[in-house]
Amino acid sequence: MIVGKVWKYGDDINTDVIFPGKYTYTISDRKEMAEHALEDLDSEFAKNVQKNDIIVAGKNFGCGSSREQAATCIKEAGAGAIIAKSFSRLFFRNAINEGLPVVECPEAVDLLKKGDTAEVDFINGKLKAGGKEFDFVKLPPFILEIFNDGGLLPHTKRKLDKK
Amino acid sequence: MGQTFVQKILAAKAGLDHVEVGQIVEIVPDVALSHDNTAAISKKFETLGIEKIYDQNLHIIVLDHCVPAASEKYASNHKVIREFVKNQEIEKFYDINNGVCHQIVLEKGHIGPGMVGVGSDSHTTMYGAVGAFSTGIGRSEMAVIFGTGKIWFKVPPTIKFEITGEWPDNLTSKDLILHIIGDIGSDGAFYSSCEFTGPAISALNMSDRMVLSNMSVEMGAKNGYIPPDEKTLLWLSERTDKKFKAVYSDEDCKYSKVLKYDVSKIKPTVARPHTVDNCVTADELSDVKINQALIGTCTNGRVEDIEMAASVLKGKKIHPDVRLLVFPASMDIYKESIKLGYIEILIDAGAVIMNPGCGPCLGAHEGTLAPEEVCISTANRNFKGRMGCKEASVYLASPLTVATSALTGKITSP
Ligand code: SF4
Repeated sequence: MIVGKVWKYGDDINTDVIFPGKYTYTISDRKEMAEHALEDLDSEFAKNVQKNDIIVAGKNFGCGSSREQAATCIKEAGAGAIIAKSFSRLFFRNAINEGLPVVECPEAVDLLKKGDTAEVDFINGKLKAGGKEFDFVKLPPFILEIFNDGGLLPHTKRKLDKK
Repeated sequence: MGQTFVQKILAAKAGLDHVEVGQIVEIVPDVALSHDNTAAISKKFETLGIEKIYDQNLHIIVLDHCVPAASEKYASNHKVIREFVKNQEIEKFYDINNGVCHQIVLEKGHIGPGMVGVGSDSHTTMYGAVGAFSTGIGRSEMAVIFGTGKIWFKVPPTIKFEITGEWPDNLTSKDLILHIIGDIGSDGAFYSSCEFTGPAISALNMSDRMVLSNMSVEMGAKNGYIPPDEKTLLWLSERTDKKFKAVYSDEDCKYSKVLKYDVSKIKPTVARPHTVDNCVTADELSDVKINQALIGTCTNGRVEDIEMAASVLKGKKIHPDVRLLVFPASMDIYKESIKLGYIEILIDAGAVIMNPGCGPCLGAHEGTLAPEEVCISTANRNFKGRMGCKEASVYLASPLTVATSALTGKITSP
């Protein structure tokens, strides 16, 4: 269960404002990535984000580049989950592969404001926000398995080691 | 019921007769591209504890995003990649003297009809122009392909774009795709396979087709396929001896949507800052002054694009307040453009000709912007900060519109 305070943003939050292209080949340290999370969107985020805080945004979150650091920097900054109306396919994959919970729940997005508290049960597809409860579509079991193993690399390693 | 292109190609790759939309398949792609991000990918690959990569022949590695290295950090990044390439004996390695990765994959004949390509870069969708299924993936996913060869995909629904009409002289495929993205929005083709068909598509040369596939990702698409025809096969036969088995949608397949556009009714189109779907016609922006004009990138850096720019600038001088940067998308394009005299025309008009590569497209080097500056570019993305400065503005347009604007100093319809 993830319980955290909400940071609220709009539609089409793209990978360039999440993690600027100019850092993509010069920063390889995860901690350093986290310092630039959402840099060109909200300079307060990286400074003030608390562990398990939840990003809430509109449609098409993470559109643009394939850069995985967009998911890495948010995860490393401490965010517990992202709730959006929809996610770009690349960001969605990258987030799961990084072990960062991504929840599609348009109704909850409309309800939540900056500073609210939200409660996400990612595995069971349940979300509590603004005094209401929502069900969201759970991930298929084999994708949940990637997530539960802590991301794609540890998941693949575990499978290889079993062989 | 028949199946779409994407159902058929993914089913064949997965060794199945039939797949449904939404079904998940695991496949080994035919081509796996990575670029300057290969250093980071190789570090991830190492965590798998495997010594040798799964298949050397699968991989194409191109250094293009920041070439030659702009700083010690970039140089070290390239160094790690060169060592990885040597240790893993990867033959299809293109060092800094080649060009932009997607252009290289296509012009070296590495991919064609019926093949599946993945790349750790979102504009990998570009290979749809030769009838392949191709899409972007993440770094961890590429690291796993280095280790095991495998990746999973969900079979997407398909949107068919039927394009008709005579092309006006001042209209290019870039205007068409900007018009479409402006019309249906940045998620208008969300998670879908796109198919571009119709007489106005058949009329396009390969370079112009690549623009459509390249930019499909800007409307949220998974891939952007153009059914291969004689032009496709001729273009490929000049580059490779490989034989291809083209895949086409069945006549009775089910599309999630069919969208129709008539190019004779479309005007030169520009995407305004800071999203690609923020489009208007170029003549609505005639009071926007520009500081920089950029011709190049994987979207519009081919000989045909440079030719368009030269046709506008021949015997003229660009506006004194404008810097015009030209990045041929590959060394072959550069040589051809020199041979055809386009480079001299552009230099005489006041352009700076840069080395093939991504240039300032992603804001790393070679012509980044200052605060409050405005650039009009043939690239595919105009997000805030994209060209290195979040207080700058980027407009996207065709090579004709960019060259015309460089002459007047303001956004100008060709
Ligand atoms: S030219 Fe631009 S869009 Fe194309 S691969 Fe390079 S950085 Fe990406």
